[in-house]
Amino acid sequence: MAQKNVDGTRSVQELIAKSGSKKQKKIIEKSIPIVLLLIASISVLTTFGIVFTLIVETGIFFSKVSAIDFLFGTEWYPFANTEQLFGILPLIVGTLKVTFIAIVVAVPFGIGSAIFLSEYASENTRRIIKPILEVLAGIPTIVYGFFALTFVTPLLQQFIPDLKIFNALSPGIVVGIMILPMIASLSEDAMSSVPNSIREGALAMGSTKLEVAMKVVLPAALSGITASIVLAISRAIGETMIVSLAGGSTPKFDFNVTDSIQTMTAYIVQVSTGDAGYGTTIYYSIYSVGFTLFLFTLLMNYIAHVISKKYREEY
Amino acid sequence: MKYVHHDSVVKRMQNRLTVNRIFKTIFFLATLFALLTLAILFYRIISQGVGYLTLDFFQNFGSRFPAKAGIKAALVGSIWLMCVVAPVSLFLGVGTAIYLEEYAKKNKLNDFIRMNISNLSGVPSVVFGLLGLTIFVRTLSLGNSILAAGFTMSLLILPVIIVAAQEAIRAVPKDIREASYGMGATKWQTIVNVVLPSAIPGILTGGILALSRAVGETAPLIVIGVPVIIQFLPENLLSQFTALPMQIYDWAKRPQLEFQSVAAAGILVLMMFLLIMNSIAVFIRNKFQKRY
Repeated sequence: MAQKNVDGTRSVQELIAKSGSKKQKKIIEKSIPIVLLLIASISVLTTFGIVFTLIVETGIFFSKVSAIDFLFGTEWYPFANTEQLFGILPLIVGTLKVTFIAIVVAVPFGIGSAIFLSEYASENTRRIIKPILEVLAGIPTIVYGFFALTFVTPLLQQFIPDLKIFNALSPGIVVGIMILPMIASLSEDAMSSVPNSIREGALAMGSTKLEVAMKVVLPAALSGITASIVLAISRAIGETMIVSLAGGSTPKFDFNVTDSIQTMTAYIVQVSTGDAGYGTTIYYSIYSVGFTLFLFTLLMNYIAHVISKKYREEY
Repeated sequence: MKYVHHDSVVKRMQNRLTVNRIFKTIFFLATLFALLTLAILFYRIISQGVGYLTLDFFQNFGSRFPAKAGIKAALVGSIWLMCVVAPVSLFLGVGTAIYLEEYAKKNKLNDFIRMNISNLSGVPSVVFGLLGLTIFVRTLSLGNSILAAGFTMSLLILPVIIVAAQEAIRAVPKDIREASYGMGATKWQTIVNVVLPSAIPGILTGGILALSRAVGETAPLIVIGVPVIIQFLPENLLSQFTALPMQIYDWAKRPQLEFQSVAAAGILVLMMFLLIMNSIAVFIRNKFQKRY
């Protein structure tokens, strides 16, 4: 008789009793892979959906605004009453300002912590610090945005008196803090995978730990570290809530970081929270901006992929 | 042949050791920076928000007056949203993972699917919002409902769930599969009765962590057009709703100083929500994870 085993697992008998006729079994075995393939194709459809949506809606946008003006225009005044101007360069410059500041913050701190964790810290220290870094990585970006607006900006204003409430500096720093755990943890993985024999070889030659880290481990892990930085740049470019809350909504084509800016992502949010009607040029403009953003991040992810594939050192 | 002079080595040694020590401190301080930021962030939010964290805060709807503002609609909305995202994303993610790990042969199509998943995980969340706006809100005319937002969020976290499920399935040792085949079980019977039961803790842990990302995600909701001020609770999946991060975004944006404290209180609720989810994930991992 079919019975459950004492520990609750199924017995073979039960399995045999449950399995239907041979024909039925055959149909199931044949159809399951097809059903699963259909499920797996959803992720492919998602990508196609994104690309298709962006291309179609951007196409409609370009039937209203010339592509040349969009790509090379240095003024972005979509809400003007008389003459709307759609030149994306100010939004790109805003995005790059924030990304640059973020990288300046995140790279030294991220790689510094990676070196500390992988080369200096004891197993116990690492076991405490790594989960804390994971917590930092798991904080929702809206919380970081609030932190930038209510803490970092007022703090910076004490040192830089002419810093506006909305600026590029504060969200840039906070985006840097947001991507820091990503750089630290991916770089630490890359450094930890450098085999110990190489380290010990250098130590036996009389190197100090610093020399091992800088001259042996860092070069060997360089592809992984570079890939982590490129991925972090991609994340910083696509970051939305921090720049929406603390960056402002004044797209400008200059290199001033103390003034209000607008990034590509913040523009999409601004239009979405306002009431630009369906079918207006402004409505389609968020797709053209989204498309530009998508291309930027795609390029970065591709570069990271190439770096980690091509320059990986195999041991 | 010239030998290295012993004295010069000894003399430089001291310097090198000092430099080593200095840099060790610098690297340690770099690590400390992240930890310190985290501490300040938590301290700020707790000290600002804890005063508003009363029973009324959980029972009131949004309001123009800081003292009357509550988080009820957003909290309930976030729970509703999870009720859509969890089943949809787990179904799609686990299905895809089973296909890739158990059935997919090495050919161009499957390589393409794999590459596509890793690309998808790099797409900014705001772009997923644009996808949701066009496909779910407009084309399928679901409006800015729970269902539309849920589908969008499911697609957003799908790559994370697929990768977690793949790892969990891969960790199931080969011999128990072989044992199952040896008893005459078919491939699908083996997957359902042997592979999945032992992979489920790993899948759930990864899945809950991915879901907690969906709870805190704001940008796609804004793009879809999820409203902020809602004075009723959702009745079904096609109802309008609001969610925790949306509500926080709205409060944080307001110029009145009191609303900053309300936003901080909202963030505390969001963080508690995430903490509970993460604790469940850790609990499942520790309790049910089998070691082979």
